Amino acid sequence: MRNTTISLIVVAILAALALYVVLPLPHPDWLVRSDLSAKPTPLELKLGLDLQGGTQVMLEADLPEGRELQPGAMDTAKNIVERRVNGLGVSEAVVQSQGDNRITAELPGVSNPDQAIETIRSTGQLEFVDPQGATLRSGMIINTTNKPTAVQDYLSNTENGSPDPALTPYPDQVFTTAMTGDVLSTAISRQDQFGQWEIGFELTGDGADQFYNYTSAHIGQPMAIVLDGVVLSAPVINAAIRDQGVITGQFDEQEASSLAIQMRYGALPVPLKVVDVRSISATLGEDSVRRSVVAGLVGMGAVFLFMVLMYRVPGLLADLALVIYVLFNLAIYKIVPVTLTLAGITGFLLSVGMAVDANILIFERLKEELRAGRSPRLAVEAGFSRAWPAIFDSNLTTLISCAVLYVFGNQYGASIVKGYALTLGLGVILSMFTAFVVTRTFMRALLGNRSQRDKAAQAIVGY
Amino acid sequence: MYHIVEKRNIWFTISVVLMIPAIIYMAWSGITRGQLLPLSIDYTGGSVWEVSFDQAVQPAAVRQVFVDAGYSDTTVFTVNDNSTVQIKFKPVDGDQKEALRLALESNFGPVEEVTYRSLGPTIGREVSQAAFFAVAAASLLIMLYIAWAFRSVPHPFRYGVAAIAALVHDVIVTLSFLCIMNLVAGWELDALTLTAILTVIGYSVNDTVVVFDRLRENLHRYRGETFSVVANRSIIETATRSIGTQITVLLILVAILVLGGATLQQFVATMLVGFVSGMYSSVFNAAQILAAWDERSIFHRNNKRPAAQGTVATA
Repeated sequence: MRNTTISLIVVAILAALALYVVLPLPHPDWLVRSDLSAKPTPLELKLGLDLQGGTQVMLEADLPEGRELQPGAMDTAKNIVERRVNGLGVSEAVVQSQGDNRITAELPGVSNPDQAIETIRSTGQLEFVDPQGATLRSGMIINTTNKPTAVQDYLSNTENGSPDPALTPYPDQVFTTAMTGDVLSTAISRQDQFGQWEIGFELTGDGADQFYNYTSAHIGQPMAIVLDGVVLSAPVINAAIRDQGVITGQFDEQEASSLAIQMRYGALPVPLKVVDVRSISATLGEDSVRRSVVAGLVGMGAVFLFMVLMYRVPGLLADLALVIYVLFNLAIYKIVPVTLTLAGITGFLLSVGMAVDANILIFERLKEELRAGRSPRLAVEAGFSRAWPAIFDSNLTTLISCAVLYVFGNQYGASIVKGYALTLGLGVILSMFTAFVVTRTFMRALLGNRSQRDKAAQAIVGY
Repeated sequence: MYHIVEKRNIWFTISVVLMIPAIIYMAWSGITRGQLLPLSIDYTGGSVWEVSFDQAVQPAAVRQVFVDAGYSDTTVFTVNDNSTVQIKFKPVDGDQKEALRLALESNFGPVEEVTYRSLGPTIGREVSQAAFFAVAAASLLIMLYIAWAFRSVPHPFRYGVAAIAALVHDVIVTLSFLCIMNLVAGWELDALTLTAILTVIGYSVNDTVVVFDRLRENLHRYRGETFSVVANRSIIETATRSIGTQITVLLILVAILVLGGATLQQFVATMLVGFVSGMYSSVFNAAQILAAWDERSIFHRNNKRPAAQGTVATA
């Protein structure tokens, strides 16, 4: 009996803690902050794109034939996409690597997905190109080693319009790419002491040597800065540059800022193309949240009622355990945090149905034990230990399915599939804990010291 | 006493009838389209665009706008009300989509985007392959589980085959439902359909295992009875439990189906059909297959076998 009292207290404390996390109260920093760099945000349920509206884009490395992906290039590209996305002013955007050659960006609340995608994409691959004596001016389109069909692409895209021949003076020439944009660590626009706008740039550790080697060999010659085949600027190299340099010219503020942004954010080490776009309007998201809350409450209400009608007092205890189970789940969603999607909510609700299932197995066993003439105390113990293999087995196969789905969903940025597998799997594991710790404690507390002939015990278990 | 095992001819016939639509659909679709099942753009690549207008529109008129713009392989369905349509066409980029939006606006007035999805064909193919591997991996793991669950049974192979047959039955019955819904309402198999089917596989196999577990216990306990009688007894003993555990899950699914909104409808309906089929196959098919094997006849014969031979399974 003392052990039961202790378990009961532990269950009560755990439930109170879960309730504290779930309720919208001010929470201490250590609970709120999952990583130290992030600013503390209130502890709340994270909603996926399908619930708050937004856009998810999957980008894939689009290498010209014969070129191989450099190690680490995708990580750099991911960081750059992340900066660009943040530059859009999207709060809580998530950028993730997907497999070896893909990046997904989730942009919650973005109402004009096309514009966002263009912003991510348009600032493409930056190159430093040797003009080889040709006169290159800003705005011209040229073929480069990395983008050998830039001119052709431009001409085919403007078939219906009127391509400007002045922009493509060298349609057949392929200019040599001296360096790609990943030698740059940053670029900013600023005014010099005379108020003239210029671009200051810094090079990365590895980039500095490459930049020095090239610039020292080409002093007095122009070097073209090219973004996706479009010449941004073609400054003359005045001196060998190693760690940092300056581009001067007749820039106004806007031109300088635009060039700096393109150099800064355009420095993708690999060209990327969009392979998957999905967007959901915020209205549909809100509607989905409302509907799933209603469906969840009605569904759970029906399960609660079913349990009481079928199993009377033990059913009521199972319902109480279920309330605690729901609190545990929600608390974990908040702390981890687990991003809830529409499918994820379905997974959670399904896990509620399955969590009850464990209790049903136990009660059926319990009844059998009581009918076989055991005392309530022994029947509770035997009921739980005999139901365990069946509960474990039934949950094991569901967990196998969840694991397979999680791996599948993770590979293809299918956050709906992943979210479902996560909430269902988590729910199944928690349900075993709830059934064996919470329900058992309740049953022991209620039946523990009653005798076989105790009328109250018979009424409670209903055999 | 219910004669669930003896009447297996009826149950097997019902199962076969329920599986026929999927088989006919796959044969027809495989021959005419070179693709067994109606796959969504998750697997094939393409665009799905759900837009709503200020006024009611005819799907055919919307389709014509796309055909005129050069997208001949376009299908249009109305969603919820007559002013919202779902348009399926080939993958496009931002500029092409903008041109289509302008074309729609000039024909039908202001356009509001509800959802949009565009997936390249290459990645669609990769997803199909991965989906195939996911199903294969899940099936393999579940088969390993079944082999393990019946490791100490006299005829583990029989039990394994019967459990897997029940699973395959559930998958095919679910596919029948989806094929019919494809013809009626244009449903397609998407990533969530796969999710639903794998959940059904994972969850339903247990009920079969529970029945078999009880069967194993009872075969020892009632040695004088025929296999059919013991199987029948085992099914009835586990039925309360099976139905009780499934009903809670079904209650939840029905609530989501009715109240959860259109986005989840197909996913939840698929799971619901799969779970019901799983319930059916564990009560009406799995042990009956064992009995048929034991009696060397798919259909139950009326000439009752002597009790002594009924203990074959425990030998």
